[in-house]
Amino acid sequence: MPTTTDTLPITSGDDVVRVRQKVRVRATEIGLSLVDQTKLITAASELARNTLDYGKGGHADIETVLGDRRGVRVIFRDRGPGIPDIPQALTDGFTSGNGLGHGLGGARRLVDDFDIQSIVGAGTTVTIARWKR
Amino acid sequence: MADSDKDQALVRLFTQRESEILAEWVSTLNLGETKMTLQEAESQGRAVLHALGKAVAHGNHGDMRSAEYADVRDVLHAFSRNRALQGFSPTETATFILSLKRGLLGQIRKAAQSEDAFDLLWRVNQLIDQLGLFTVETYQKTREELIARQSKEIEELSTPVVKLWDGIVALPLIGTLDSGRTQVVMQNLLETIVQTEAEIAIIDITGVPMVDTLTAQHLLKTVSAARLMGADCIISGIRPQIAQTIVQLGVELNVVSKATLADALALALKRTGRVVSKLKAKSLPALQEPAAEARG
Amino acid sequence: MDSIPILKIGSALLVTIQVDMHDQLATRLQDDLTEKIVQHRARGVLIDISALEIVDSFIGRMLANIANVSRLLDADTVVVGMRPEVAITLVELGLGLPGVKTALNAERGLALIGGVSAAGEAADDADDD
Repeated sequence: MPTTTDTLPITSGDDVVRVRQKVRVRATEIGLSLVDQTKLITAASELARNTLDYGKGGHADIETVLGDRRGVRVIFRDRGPGIPDIPQALTDGFTSGNGLGHGLGGARRLVDDFDIQSIVGAGTTVTIARWKR
Repeated sequence: MADSDKDQALVRLFTQRESEILAEWVSTLNLGETKMTLQEAESQGRAVLHALGKAVAHGNHGDMRSAEYADVRDVLHAFSRNRALQGFSPTETATFILSLKRGLLGQIRKAAQSEDAFDLLWRVNQLIDQLGLFTVETYQKTREELIARQSKEIEELSTPVVKLWDGIVALPLIGTLDSGRTQVVMQNLLETIVQTEAEIAIIDITGVPMVDTLTAQHLLKTVSAARLMGADCIISGIRPQIAQTIVQLGVELNVVSKATLADALALALKRTGRVVSKLKAKSLPALQEPAAEARG
Repeated sequence: MDSIPILKIGSALLVTIQVDMHDQLATRLQDDLTEKIVQHRARGVLIDISALEIVDSFIGRMLANIANVSRLLDADTVVVGMRPEVAITLVELGLGLPGVKTALNAERGLALIGGVSAAGEAADDADDD
């Protein structure tokens, strides 16, 4: 059962910083351990930057999940060019920009739940969550 | 014979014949098979008899939970707890108390009139059964406490990080490493590195029975994380079959490794600019005071 | 536009990163550092990240870039004070920062830069053991 959702735009480098800060607030509130917090925030930072660099901007929905499992979920949406080959994009070392290429695959290793939906020409949605242990 | 007379018979039994009861009681114990000495058996037996005699003299010999039996319970509690902690079996513990029957019954046979002997026997029997049950119950509780404390200790001890020298810490791993435990181990080690400002961490896996791909990867991650923080890791104690497994798995364990913890420590000392050398016999500091005759 | 101060200690430069880095700040830091290494003929660059709560691949890339540029200018780069949780996360992310030297704190980092010859000896010792 999600609570209120914070929706933040991602259109500049400063927005990436704001997404990180908001995720940290939520992760601290729900009591994720320091290592879990750090992993989630780092994953959010990677994906926010992907949204900015490859998705030509978009927004992030940040929500706290309460119930049987407690945790923080973040959904990144963009209306960019989309990803034609998702398995390839998840491979370490692959990048369509000029980064180190750890973005998607690395982010997936840092969270408990990872889901990616993409339509070429219409955009990409990535959902991540990290649960309290 | 009135009830009060019967009580008096029981009181007399304890007060007048304490030493005879004790002697017969102790003689029936098969001390050779237990870990008890004769003195121990006698002093503990005397304590029980004494407390019991007082309780009975107060006019109550039926209900062990009553206030008059507080001393008896204390004595039995201490006795039973001690046995449990020293590793005596429950049979050994209970047998000691139940053997009191033999001492008491022997004295009843000698002293009692025929018509009240059965009644006295019955009372004594019931009393001792209660003592026995109380003893076993206390024993059981003590063992349970012991087990609970030990499991907690094992949990805490499962990931100890020890400081070997200024700037050198060691993590002796024992048992199987699953991914949950490895995460705790990893965080423990890294936090200790920060606290002790250790530049070298030795991970000793002598006590790890097997290493699978996942464990090897976890070890490597720990080594990499430590390096990012500015500390070097040395892995020691890789068993021959584990070395083979690692090669067969195709995991590249690209780290400094030493055969034993001692070798790893020697390397760590060397890297931190220290030398271990042997002193000449004359200048060896004595560990103990020399014996008197050696001085003269 | 704000910038990150660069201090000179002996023949080394010290940068303490305390704010959440954004793109312009990172680019500016790389430019400033390059300039100062040449200006002061610095032999080493210390980057203290003990205040950083996360290091993502963006910051990781910045650190690697600084190290590479410094090396071309004959200066060592030492990243000091990375927090345990940050180190664990970086490893999981797949960023080992190859080519970047590390130290537990600024003092050790300075020793690493100042004592290049001593460090070289220690490495030799390890090889012949």
